[in-house]
Amino acid sequence: MKRTLADLKRGERGIIKDFSAENIPLKLLEMGCLPGNEVQMLQMAPFRDPMYLNINGSHLAIRKEIALLIEIDLIS
Amino acid sequence: MAKQINIALIGNPNTGKTSVFNQLTGLNQKVGNYPGITVEKKEGICKLPRGLKAHILDLPGTYSLNASSLDENVVIELLLNKSDKDYPDVAVVVSDVENLKRNLLLFTQIKDLGIPTILVINMADRMERKGISLDVELLEERLKTKVVLVSARKNTGIDELKEAIINYRHISDEPCVNASIIAPEYFDRLRKAFPNQSLYKLWLVITQDVNFGNINRNEVSSSELFETKSHTELKKLQHKETILRYQFINGVLKETMKVDASSAKDLRSRLDRVLTHKIWGYAIFFGILLLIFQAIYSWSSYPMDLIDETFAFLSEWTKTSLPAGAFTNLIAEGIIPGLGGIVIFIPQIAFLFFFISILEETGYMSRVVFLMDRIMRKFGLSGKSVVPLVSGTACAIPAVMATRNIENWKERLITILVVPFTTCSARLPVYLIIIALVIPDRAVWGFNLQGLTLMLLYLLGFGVAIGSAWILNLILNIKTRSHFVIEMPNYKLPMGKNIAINVVEKTKSFVFGAGKIILAISIILWVLASYGPGENFNQAEEIVTSEYSQNTEISENELEEEIASFKLRNSYIGIMGRGIEPVVAPLGYDWKIGIAIISSFAAREVFVGTLATIYSVGSDEEETIKNRMAAEINPILGGPLFTFASGVSLLLFYAFAMQCMSTLAIVKRETNTWKWPVLQLVVMTLFAYFVALAAFQLLK
Repeated sequence: MKRTLADLKRGERGIIKDFSAENIPLKLLEMGCLPGNEVQMLQMAPFRDPMYLNINGSHLAIRKEIALLIEIDLIS
Repeated sequence: MAKQINIALIGNPNTGKTSVFNQLTGLNQKVGNYPGITVEKKEGICKLPRGLKAHILDLPGTYSLNASSLDENVVIELLLNKSDKDYPDVAVVVSDVENLKRNLLLFTQIKDLGIPTILVINMADRMERKGISLDVELLEERLKTKVVLVSARKNTGIDELKEAIINYRHISDEPCVNASIIAPEYFDRLRKAFPNQSLYKLWLVITQDVNFGNINRNEVSSSELFETKSHTELKKLQHKETILRYQFINGVLKETMKVDASSAKDLRSRLDRVLTHKIWGYAIFFGILLLIFQAIYSWSSYPMDLIDETFAFLSEWTKTSLPAGAFTNLIAEGIIPGLGGIVIFIPQIAFLFFFISILEETGYMSRVVFLMDRIMRKFGLSGKSVVPLVSGTACAIPAVMATRNIENWKERLITILVVPFTTCSARLPVYLIIIALVIPDRAVWGFNLQGLTLMLLYLLGFGVAIGSAWILNLILNIKTRSHFVIEMPNYKLPMGKNIAINVVEKTKSFVFGAGKIILAISIILWVLASYGPGENFNQAEEIVTSEYSQNTEISENELEEEIASFKLRNSYIGIMGRGIEPVVAPLGYDWKIGIAIISSFAAREVFVGTLATIYSVGSDEEETIKNRMAAEINPILGGPLFTFASGVSLLLFYAFAMQCMSTLAIVKRETNTWKWPVLQLVVMTLFAYFVALAAFQLLK
């Protein structure tokens, strides 16, 4: 099953998989959202949108529509 | 005199760049706008040792040279244009020790432009607490630059930074990363096509949507010497470039930085767990809002009363001590009250920005954006629109200024356009007197009807603001590329100096920006109200005196009030009021209310004062005016003028009409064009007119 950033539960971690970055804002990549980097879900606003993440040491909030585009491997 | 050194201060948002700027320049700074756009331009002078001086430009915060907003464009446009007078001799990149990895991305890009670059690692005082240790010498070697550890908060490292600036000529301008290896062939062709240009600059010109002084974008991308790439391909290359830069940075930091996680104390996650909580987060946010507005209302009323009295005194004093005449009247009744009308807003603006600065400095504002974004987005607004909208209940002027934090231009514009619908404090005196007049003072199901009406009016203001935002979002065809990615900075104690400078700057920009227009319109309105054509106005005194000559009971004061009232009726503004009577009659108003509406274009609260003058009540005593208003007769329909129908119509008119020249002036300043304030004026006033018309016609 394809797992994306949006599937993470609070506190869960994942590793960002290679992605086709067509629709992902460059700004997000520049902030450290790159393949191979670790990501942790910190908080979610109601309806799981936006999401507050720790990506490679950067603390960011992104909207769910973008989180859905980023595939990850769950770290258990 | 030695030449000034030009410095550009560059850095990610939330790195304390502005604190470093404040430490370097103190109050030797000025804030303006870049020509033609509304991006704030902050510059200052820094005194260096050995009698040298530096001109420092504090560029807008940016995460990289790939611009995604107007603010970021400013940075790249400057750095690519060598002929710009602000083009830096040396760039100072400010980074935050906790986010060094991400901050270095921008550093490597600027270094690759061949500009001598100093790396400032700010918040060095936090290193120990976070368990971070740095090998500064090795870092300098790897990054081929001078590294300065600074704590703007503790004021350490600033002298070292000044020393490094003086010696900028010794800094290597060699790049760190060779970006051309992401597509060797492509860059090779580029080099052949433009042999005299820096490759990295050419690459930036190709990938950015901006035009630069010395390199023409079209010339580069349409050159036949090499094949241009599609947008998608370019984007892929940009990704490759980003990955390449991070590879370099990771390598450098592996050697030079150690983080001992066990000694790190994490206050952030504990605070976040509460402040961004699904229930507590909102509860705390509304609690803070309540506190802020309580404070703004109650604290600013003291200085505002004082300002009011001072200007009334000044006006009176001028009248008595200068020789009587038109010039004295202009000063005493036109200019001084006009200035008073500007100064009176200063306390509210200063208090609001005091609180906003604290919320921003502490990092809490980003949490508010996080909490509110989803709800606001539905209406074309952003999480960041919450503060301006709520501030609007105090006053629309500071609220419009508070929209500057919204990076997305469309969301910011919509916020600016709808803010004046929220019920500002200037509407309150109008609401109170009309509600007292037409809404019965009794309780229904335990609720006082008058209080309920007031609450309804507040809700109505919010509702219409949100609703019109929704419509504007559908109508406005503005393409913005800015995506919602916000950084959640770490919590910090606010710095007094930053807050003080911010409050002073915002207040200044109001007084000198909007103030001029407010003063001008006040004077025009005064002239219209104090002069009139023909016999009636010029001989008002004789006419009224002879009219009352048989009446021995009238006191001198009452006579004077009658004269003032007669004069106003026959002044230009009075004639205008009578002229628009046919227009306002369907709304249930007479010409007197017409005059009050025209004069309250200056500011809504003038309504009560104008009616007081017209009814020659003399004092602003609410009871007296109310009784006088209750006795008014409708000239067309007969019966009392202020009925439930005309009262509701008037309330609705004041709720929606754009009657505040100060707001228009500030919107002009913030949007840099008259287009939007004029649109606000026309649309809001027409909307108000038709709603009021419908209300009166249905209810009468």
